[in-house]
Amino acid sequence: MRGAQQRRTARAFDRAFGWFTVAAAATLIALPLLLVTIVAQNAWPALVRFGPGFLIGKLWDPNLPPITFGASTFIAGTLETSVIALLIGVPLSIGGAVFLAELAPDWLRAPVAAVVDLLAAVPSVVFGLWGLYVLVPYMRTSVDPFLAKYLGWSPLFAEHAGSQSGASILTASIILAIMILPTISSVSREALRATPDSQREAALSLGATRWEATRMGPLAYARTGIFGAAILGLGRAMGETMAVTMTVGNSDNFATSLFDPGQTLSSKIAINFGNALPLERAALVELGLILMALSLLVNVVARLLLRSMTRIGRTTA
Amino acid sequence: MRPPKRLRRKAKSFVLLGLCGVAVLLMLAPLASILFTCFANGAGAITPAFFLKNPPSACNPNLGAPCPVGGVADAILGTLLLVALASLIALPLGILGGIYLSEFAERPLARPARFLADVMTGIPSIVIGVFVFGIFYFFAEEGWISSFSVISGYTGAVALAVIMIPVVARTCEEALRLVPISIREASLALGIPRHRTILRIVLSSARGGVLTGALLAVARAGGETAPLLLTAGFTTGTIFGLSGWTPSLPVLIYEFSAGGYANTTQLAWGAALILVLMMLVISVGARLALRNRFGGRSA
Amino acid sequence: MSGDKVVVEHLNAWYGKTHAVQDISLSFPDKQATAIIGPSGCGKSTFIRCLNRIHETQPKARAEGKVLLDGDDVYQADPTEIRRKIGMVFQRPNVFPTMSIYGNVAAGLKLHGGYSRDEIDTLVIESLKKSALWDEVKEKLDQSALQLSGGQQQRLCIARALAVQPEVLLMDEPASALDPISTARIEDLIFDLKNQVPVIIVTHNMQQAARVADRTAFLYLGKLVEIAPTRDLFERPAEKLTESYITGRFG
Repeated sequence: MRGAQQRRTARAFDRAFGWFTVAAAATLIALPLLLVTIVAQNAWPALVRFGPGFLIGKLWDPNLPPITFGASTFIAGTLETSVIALLIGVPLSIGGAVFLAELAPDWLRAPVAAVVDLLAAVPSVVFGLWGLYVLVPYMRTSVDPFLAKYLGWSPLFAEHAGSQSGASILTASIILAIMILPTISSVSREALRATPDSQREAALSLGATRWEATRMGPLAYARTGIFGAAILGLGRAMGETMAVTMTVGNSDNFATSLFDPGQTLSSKIAINFGNALPLERAALVELGLILMALSLLVNVVARLLLRSMTRIGRTTA
Repeated sequence: MRPPKRLRRKAKSFVLLGLCGVAVLLMLAPLASILFTCFANGAGAITPAFFLKNPPSACNPNLGAPCPVGGVADAILGTLLLVALASLIALPLGILGGIYLSEFAERPLARPARFLADVMTGIPSIVIGVFVFGIFYFFAEEGWISSFSVISGYTGAVALAVIMIPVVARTCEEALRLVPISIREASLALGIPRHRTILRIVLSSARGGVLTGALLAVARAGGETAPLLLTAGFTTGTIFGLSGWTPSLPVLIYEFSAGGYANTTQLAWGAALILVLMMLVISVGARLALRNRFGGRSA
Repeated sequence: MSGDKVVVEHLNAWYGKTHAVQDISLSFPDKQATAIIGPSGCGKSTFIRCLNRIHETQPKARAEGKVLLDGDDVYQADPTEIRRKIGMVFQRPNVFPTMSIYGNVAAGLKLHGGYSRDEIDTLVIESLKKSALWDEVKEKLDQSALQLSGGQQQRLCIARALAVQPEVLLMDEPASALDPISTARIEDLIFDLKNQVPVIIVTHNMQQAARVADRTAFLYLGKLVEIAPTRDLFERPAEKLTESYITGRFG
């Protein structure tokens, strides 16, 4: 009899515990759905007022009637900074990953990889502080003048009045490039390590040099994974807020030169959200909506690519 | 024709592989520079007053009298309270969610929950801030809370929790999946009920991985800035609980980063030093714990 | 000595602390196929991997001794050049998954350069014909090499090795991962190939050695036990050890 009693209690516990886990799983599902609802609802006044023109509007003026808000400057800022970050960060990360995965001896590989990954543990705001006090002055005194001297003929590197503070699209891009290094590098490293030795040997046996064997073997084999890693880094860069806010210069004017101060979707929200009146806040939330859409798109693409990488891995292993 | 071509290929190989080595050095340089500047600028700020006092409220050093440096006592307290409350919400929910994803993977909610948890981790944290602000703003509009509580420690803690939940759930799931099925079957075959099998056997076999994941999520929450900027606000005054504007170390760093006053800038660097050291210790510790638990068994 | 394409003198190889190849000396004549047999772990794979210096690309692996190709020590030469002259086919087909069928065969030619487009085309077709794959792939040269079957992939690897016109072809258990029909095709192929280029093939399959090789060497525990014309080795082995192995008493 006591056994039956115990079993009943156990079954009740089983059921209660089961419901707790179901509630937690339901939370996982509900949160993003609620997020989309709330964000869309809060952006609604701006969505209604400005329509699709919001995406291409250049002006952000909460003061003079007619009050006008447009997102294009910030969309461009986000895309510019994150793409330049990729252009700088991807070659570095891949080079580093190749060194760590293919060239470094075992005793060197693990500790160096761990230190590179530690970069991911540094809070964004500390990157920002470092950027503000180390990188921005360095850009102002050294990098920007150097680039202007040799590349100044191109409008991308033109110096304008007000563009000599060192806080600029380019500076924010460099900070972002540094911040996405650990992400891209660790995912690429894993993709490279997953390449079977037979691929390296196939190239070596044809008389390839060590670099050629790396290019034909691991780099080709892992290219989907590396591409996925880069897209993942792009997603990170687009959503990054504090470090960009502190180094991008915070100008609502459209940046034509990389030395110009600019603004990204996230930095605009961070700077203005606290003291915005209702309509401007709705417009800022709409910026958040655009940012979310962009990063979701990028993240889904990255995930699909990384998944297809594991599939290729299985068919040729 | 041949020999020069071969030499060129060898030279190219040497140069490109050398550049890969240079890339590693370039990747290590920022971390070294960040640590160096945090120590150089922040170490001087770490005095007893740093932990015991609050920042001087408003002070212009150009007006004669030297400004007191003060400390970041309530920002430290704020960060601890925010992270503690966020963990209180997120860890149970996340771990239970992870258990569902791993142990009830065949049930209908598992696939959408896993997918949406992944989607959620990809959403920029500032958007999470906008979202949670929106929730509390709605509460205030409905009259459920005072409109002064929209920006408060509670809002901030919820924002941090929302960031943590999917991360904890996914890392917990991964950790539980490492436990061999045979262990579950052995326990169930003994007639041990499922919940007890999961809680006592599976969870305890995977506790190292689960705790590490939880710890990393807590660390990440401690370093978050953007959502707190929108939800928890900032004050240099004394705080009483989480019901009002609640300062935190990351937001303090941001607020004090500009302005150009030596005293507050020094506080920002001191806070950055503390924050970075905490993050590095937790991150290295978690890594070592993981390696000790799983390093020997894998491969 | 003089007619031998490859001469190995006192070759030793280590893998970490394992002394995998112990003081082996032997030679491989031109226009012959030589099989190297022995139980698994006897060092036969390591041995041929020393001949094109691919052994040393593994971590903690090293080799000592002399390997002469036409009288010149390969260990004194540039390894990339040696590996071009001494082609290799591996246990499992290792096509380049991101390249087309054509691209795989042309890969080595493009590495070394100095070939015109037409020359590359000609050599690719020639190699695919030599490896008896041409008829099966001539309509889909630009498709991914991954969609070929395992046996076709292995013949593609042979074509890839032949395209750079090697002077010697090493094969490391080339049929061990293949079905019997594909295996038979590879064996026919080896039989034809040896007239153009000396073939050194490692196999644990004695029937295979008997079918394709002119001469057979028996390795045991890293040492060369015996080398003889294939028939003699299988019918009248000089060593007791060889006899017990080929009669199936161990291995």
